Amino acid sequence: MADQEGGFSPQTIIDHLKANNVTHVVWLPDSETNFLYVLLQEEPSLDLIAVSREGQAFSTASGLSVGGAKPVILIQNTGLLESGDSLRGWVMGMNIPVVLMVGYRGWTRHGVDTDTAATYTEHFLHAFGIKYYLVESDADADRIAVAFERAESTKQPVAVLIGDEFHGFVQRNPNQY
Amino acid sequence: MFQTADMFKAFAPYRGNAVVIPGRGGRHWINLSDKPDRDVPLGDPAMGGHASFALGLALARPDEKIILFDSEGDILMNMGALPTIAEKDPKNFYHFVLDNGVYATTGGQPVPNAENIQYDVIAKGSGYPSTYAFDNLEDFANNIEEILSKPGPVFVTMKVVPEVENVPIGQRVRWQKKTRDQTIADLQKDLGPRKS
Repeated sequence: MADQEGGFSPQTIIDHLKANNVTHVVWLPDSETNFLYVLLQEEPSLDLIAVSREGQAFSTASGLSVGGAKPVILIQNTGLLESGDSLRGWVMGMNIPVVLMVGYRGWTRHGVDTDTAATYTEHFLHAFGIKYYLVESDADADRIAVAFERAESTKQPVAVLIGDEFHGFVQRNPNQY
Repeated sequence: MFQTADMFKAFAPYRGNAVVIPGRGGRHWINLSDKPDRDVPLGDPAMGGHASFALGLALARPDEKIILFDSEGDILMNMGALPTIAEKDPKNFYHFVLDNGVYATTGGQPVPNAENIQYDVIAKGSGYPSTYAFDNLEDFANNIEEILSKPGPVFVTMKVVPEVENVPIGQRVRWQKKTRDQTIADLQKDLGPRKS
């Protein structure tokens, strides 16, 4: 696959995680962030914690943060919808400053959702009062740093929605993965 | 089957300097503990999450012994946490489960298949290297020192007597001595900065 103009490089996210001193990535696979996972496995400064349901990610991140580590949660919007009570109790209720990187399944910039997961994602975030930033391409990536700053200053979760316009990250080198 | 309060009395002499997350049996621990700043009685932030929280704490603080008293209702609600714990293999994590067979805080309704389920077998199958099951206090008391001397993650399930609460939540007496925020602040102060 050739580079697409406006695409999103997984290395960009890795760079932002490192720049913001992230120690652990609590993660469950999703199609939007698969290429990121491949790179994360090769990044020695980040400890990957694989969960089997997204609600676990919030309580795991809570424990990491209370212990002085700096986790990030990497999940799909479908899993975010599943995780409401854990998000409420283990992160919001315990004032955990964590960034949620959420694969925005079903979203397109044309306003036509291809999946109801996208239809409800922003409504869900509004209902919980969670600030979020949409990131579609490398050009938007500075919003990731803003999300980390806001999480830290408010001691609350902040979401980064990874737009699916290009079906996830650009695959820079097809032989690499 | 034995009393949670008696279990904590048997455990207390072996606590050492460990961080203790007392879970749903916390009311019986809080007056026994001699290190309240290392106790983490969180109440119930969201059911099913204690094991993952304790895992996160254990991974963030690998030099500290982390001891969790979980419940079977919590385990059932988030059983997928067990393979994650086993995969991360925290040598400093001790996972005790109080199995009373019921949802005690909602009136004592039985958990699914309460009479037949074997939590230690599930933990073993999930990859915990060491698992134990106790249904009497004497066996537990005779093994607690060995359990806590093993490298984690260790899983210990115990059949305990239900303490059913039928009082509406808003009318229950709060047993915690500190707020959740103060509990966390005291723990973090006691632990000091994390080594990177």
